[in-house]
Amino acid sequence: MATDAERVRAQRTESFSDRWTQLKYDHNWLGFWFMLPAAAFLLLFLTYPLGLGIWLSVTDTRIGREGGFIGLENFEWLNEDPVFWLSVFNTFLYTTVASVIKFGLGLYLAILLNSHMPWKAIIRAVVLLPFIVPTVLSAIAFWWIYDTQFSIISWTLIEMGWIDENINFLGEPNNARASVIAANIWRGIPFVAITLLAGLQTIPQSLYEAATIDGASRWQMFRHVTYPMLTPIIAVVMTFSVLFTFTDFQLIYAMTRGGPANATHLMATLSYQRAIMGGNLGEGAAISTAMIPFLLAAILFSWFGLQRRKWQQGESDD
Amino acid sequence: MTTSPGHPATGPATGVARDDSEGMDYLMSLPRRTVTVYLPLLCFLIVLLFPFYWMGLTSVKPNEELIDRSLNPWWVVDPTIAHYFHLIVNTDYPLWMWNTMVVAVSATLLSIVASVMAAYAIVRIRYSGSRWVGGMIFMAYLVPPSILFIPLALVVFQYGLFDSPMALILTYPTILIPFSTWLLMGYFKSIPYELEECALIDGASRWQILTRIVLPLSVPGIISAGIFAFTLCWNEFIYALVFISSSENKTVPVAVLSELVEGDIYHWGPLMAGALLGSVPVCIVYSFFVEHYVSSMTGAVKE
Repeated sequence: MATDAERVRAQRTESFSDRWTQLKYDHNWLGFWFMLPAAAFLLLFLTYPLGLGIWLSVTDTRIGREGGFIGLENFEWLNEDPVFWLSVFNTFLYTTVASVIKFGLGLYLAILLNSHMPWKAIIRAVVLLPFIVPTVLSAIAFWWIYDTQFSIISWTLIEMGWIDENINFLGEPNNARASVIAANIWRGIPFVAITLLAGLQTIPQSLYEAATIDGASRWQMFRHVTYPMLTPIIAVVMTFSVLFTFTDFQLIYAMTRGGPANATHLMATLSYQRAIMGGNLGEGAAISTAMIPFLLAAILFSWFGLQRRKWQQGESDD
Repeated sequence: MTTSPGHPATGPATGVARDDSEGMDYLMSLPRRTVTVYLPLLCFLIVLLFPFYWMGLTSVKPNEELIDRSLNPWWVVDPTIAHYFHLIVNTDYPLWMWNTMVVAVSATLLSIVASVMAAYAIVRIRYSGSRWVGGMIFMAYLVPPSILFIPLALVVFQYGLFDSPMALILTYPTILIPFSTWLLMGYFKSIPYELEECALIDGASRWQILTRIVLPLSVPGIISAGIFAFTLCWNEFIYALVFISSSENKTVPVAVLSELVEGDIYHWGPLMAGALLGSVPVCIVYSFFVEHYVSSMTGAVKE
């Protein structure tokens, strides 16, 4: 075995080196041409706007008027703006509560889906539906479900005799927060669940068999087999989930537009309101720029999550 | 997390393992499985599917029933297709669908071509710095549209693309390329090097290797990336909201929200019909390729 493997490797390196000498003169050149279309898109419409956004945040640009450099004035202005700090608070509340519940329920659903049952494939396909349907369109459905006068939830609860009058879902600050968080959780669970399910399926059954022989309870099996094996994929999924919840825009815009009394304004919706509706591109860009440090933290976290996963699988870092 | 902490898993074992694929599930009796698996799963399904039921129900309910509080809102007495009819005849809905389709298909095709080339170059041509570029593309995946739309609006305006479908066709790939490249990189890595070596020895050029050998072998990966890209395009909202101003150029998600909402309860029917119809294309695409889709979504995270 060992000699075979060595021979194959030797042959490989030989043919590799042949090819490298053959391509030495042009693989960078080739690579350049192959990368060009993707690079053009990403540089023109991603990197450049990212830089431009940071530049805008230190100018007083308005729609239709070139702005001048004003230093950190936008940020000082935002620092004294209670609405901005309210939006920061809302963003953190929204992200934390929604992510924690999405993780808990998503993991639970993944474990349920992982067990043997009839119509497995159909159930898994159906579970993903909330994730497939465009967010705005399902947000409109939630808007109707939360309607002040004709809410189906209020109607049912009144019929059951649990409450006396309609719940003002989107009209009262805390109700509105809870309502949009619930809609976000509804949309986010399938992604978390299906991704974790893929992770669950990579765990070898033999580990559970060994744990059963050792007399482990179901909780112990979850705590000492499932959870550690799942940690890397949890790190990645949760980074994505946190990232997309933190920068959410469509759901809030469709359901409340930040109201009532700015109670559901997230940083993204506030920046839209200030920049596009209000015309203060500079100030809007400053709000966007203020989101970047949090995003960087999430990206670093996911990066180390990925590294750790590779290392755990014993893959080389290529 | 499990519902039965502390219970020894030996349980009422039947002692006979029927099928390996069931793992150790045979250790659970049927009543026990009903309580710990089927019942919670049913609750999940009801909650996850309820909004769709509600959309469908509202879209076929006549207006009189919608506002009649004496009727049971959970059902419809006299279903009607008037809302759909109104949507198709009295509004630009077919046009919005067409716009969305054009934008989604074009942006997806552009992104897939660019991603295939980029992924192939990163994985197989291995120019100097390709690993670094691979990392940067992953980073680009994590830059959200909601911090880019303000400067991008200026850029779109400067390039003279404002209020044209081209604005969306050219900006959507920035969301799609990082994702598809990352997915395809993983796919290309799984194709044996030896195949390419043989082709190189036979005198094939890089382009021939890509089109004749790598592409045919990676069709499933390309389909996954394509489906995912298409659904992302269909779902995209903020760019379409900011870059498009005239009604006839709008995409479905934006148009439903801005053109159909008029602050009147009588519009709930068409609104729900619009939301449901707008979800149909992605659901059709998805239903044909469920397996690919699930693997693409998880693959993107795994790779």
